[in-house]
Amino acid sequence: MYLTEKEQRMLEGAEGYAVRKSMEILVALGDIYDAKSLIKVGSVQVAGVSYHNLGDAGLEFLNELAKDGKVRVLTTLNPAGMDLENWQQLGISPEFAEKQNLVIDAFKRMGILISCTCTPYLIGNLPLYGEHIAWSESSAVTFANSVIGAKTNREGGPSALAAAFVGKTPCYGLHLDENRVPEVHVQVNAELTKLSDWGALGYAIGKKAENKIPYITGVKAADLDELKSFCASVVTYGAKPLFYIKGITPGAEQQPQPKETVTIEQADIKNAYDNINDEVSDIELVCVGCPHCSINEIAKVAELLEGKKVADGTEFWVATSRTAKQLADKRGYTQIIEAAGAKFACDTCMAVAPLKGRFKSLATTSAKGCFYSRQNNMKTKMGSMEECVEAAVTGKWSS
Amino acid sequence: MEQLKGRLISKGKGEGEALVTTQPISFYGGVDPNTGVVIEKGHELQGQSVKGKILVFPTGKGSTVGSYTLYRMKKNGTAPAAIVNRECETVVAVGVIISEIPCVDKIDIAKIKTGSHVQVESGVVTLL
Repeated sequence: MYLTEKEQRMLEGAEGYAVRKSMEILVALGDIYDAKSLIKVGSVQVAGVSYHNLGDAGLEFLNELAKDGKVRVLTTLNPAGMDLENWQQLGISPEFAEKQNLVIDAFKRMGILISCTCTPYLIGNLPLYGEHIAWSESSAVTFANSVIGAKTNREGGPSALAAAFVGKTPCYGLHLDENRVPEVHVQVNAELTKLSDWGALGYAIGKKAENKIPYITGVKAADLDELKSFCASVVTYGAKPLFYIKGITPGAEQQPQPKETVTIEQADIKNAYDNINDEVSDIELVCVGCPHCSINEIAKVAELLEGKKVADGTEFWVATSRTAKQLADKRGYTQIIEAAGAKFACDTCMAVAPLKGRFKSLATTSAKGCFYSRQNNMKTKMGSMEECVEAAVTGKWSS
Repeated sequence: MEQLKGRLISKGKGEGEALVTTQPISFYGGVDPNTGVVIEKGHELQGQSVKGKILVFPTGKGSTVGSYTLYRMKKNGTAPAAIVNRECETVVAVGVIISEIPCVDKIDIAKIKTGSHVQVESGVVTLL
């Protein structure tokens, strides 16, 4: 990969340890993928924040970088392993909280915004169409590439940090237009009637378009929350972190419709639910917000929960960004939700909090949430917001 | 003494006994960072320790958190002495760089046998 004189000096250590280490990472990736050069990025989203995944060694690594590492572009942070303010309420141990706070302190010293959300595009890190960015967090990467039309590879935590310290990323993969051409036509013949249907659609397409870029037709309408859910699901279950939906996402009209065609029928949606759902009736945890709830979704939860009570023996978590929660506070949604006995889980989520062994069963609106909760040995149920609220109130899954 | 020339991924010198597999490795969830033992169910190296070995495998797979797993292994003293790949991918590449584990790829790994004595340095694998 070609380096400018300045970049060469950065690689040799002229701008300190963090920049040298970052350049080593970026140059190795550039060489592996035959990048011609580095390109500037407009923003970075850093994953690998939960102490649960980092451990003491990861914390040490971040502390090393934080000694002289400062981000050069707008950089936001993925969810942590706990609510940074109300971790006690969520049953997090003081030992875990102490370590998690040390991780957050390291990111703070680097100049990163402690946004702790998987929906950076909802809280002020909103790239432009065609803009090069370096994001980790697969659902956000997919949203940025597909719904916004920005350009990013699926970074890991360290490579995203490296891009932030240098302000650049190697130009390969999805940064290049020739690699953004759709590879399989997906004709959707199924009706989508509720939010979780989009998670099911993501599962169905992810399986049929494994490691390919889908070009989707037959979808009549979609809103922000539906696309957010679909992005998380389609990449979790196998597709590349880029898709086109004709008539809905940018760039679809300019791309050729691939010859290879698969169809999604109502039976495929049902099959997705059958695969995602386990045999379980008693629900110990209801969690919505994977990806993090938008203010609209919080409003919906408040509307459905008003005047009701969460069942004894069941917990109901609303996972969201602190920014969205602050809007909910002002609008009175928070009071309604908490009066019903539900809890906000800001800054964190069911995929990265240390939940293994705490709950045996989960109800959620999210297909991705089911995937990660199964890794935590939970039985899972996916359904609409209405079904999830009902499960919280009765402690049972009814359908 | 045969030399196999590849592509340098991560600097440094490593020497030891080769542990070879034809299957990709996922470090996150696939290797225990506290012991260095492969724990992925059904993997041909399941139950074997990679600690101090010249670990030879075709390519990495799995979650990007695997880069941090390699770093944890290095800090815990359970990391391999070096890694040799046919085709290095991002999880392993980033992991070996941040952990300073010597690594080379674009090597015909079929030429290396488990138990043989191997040295890795500057993108070259030497069969001793």
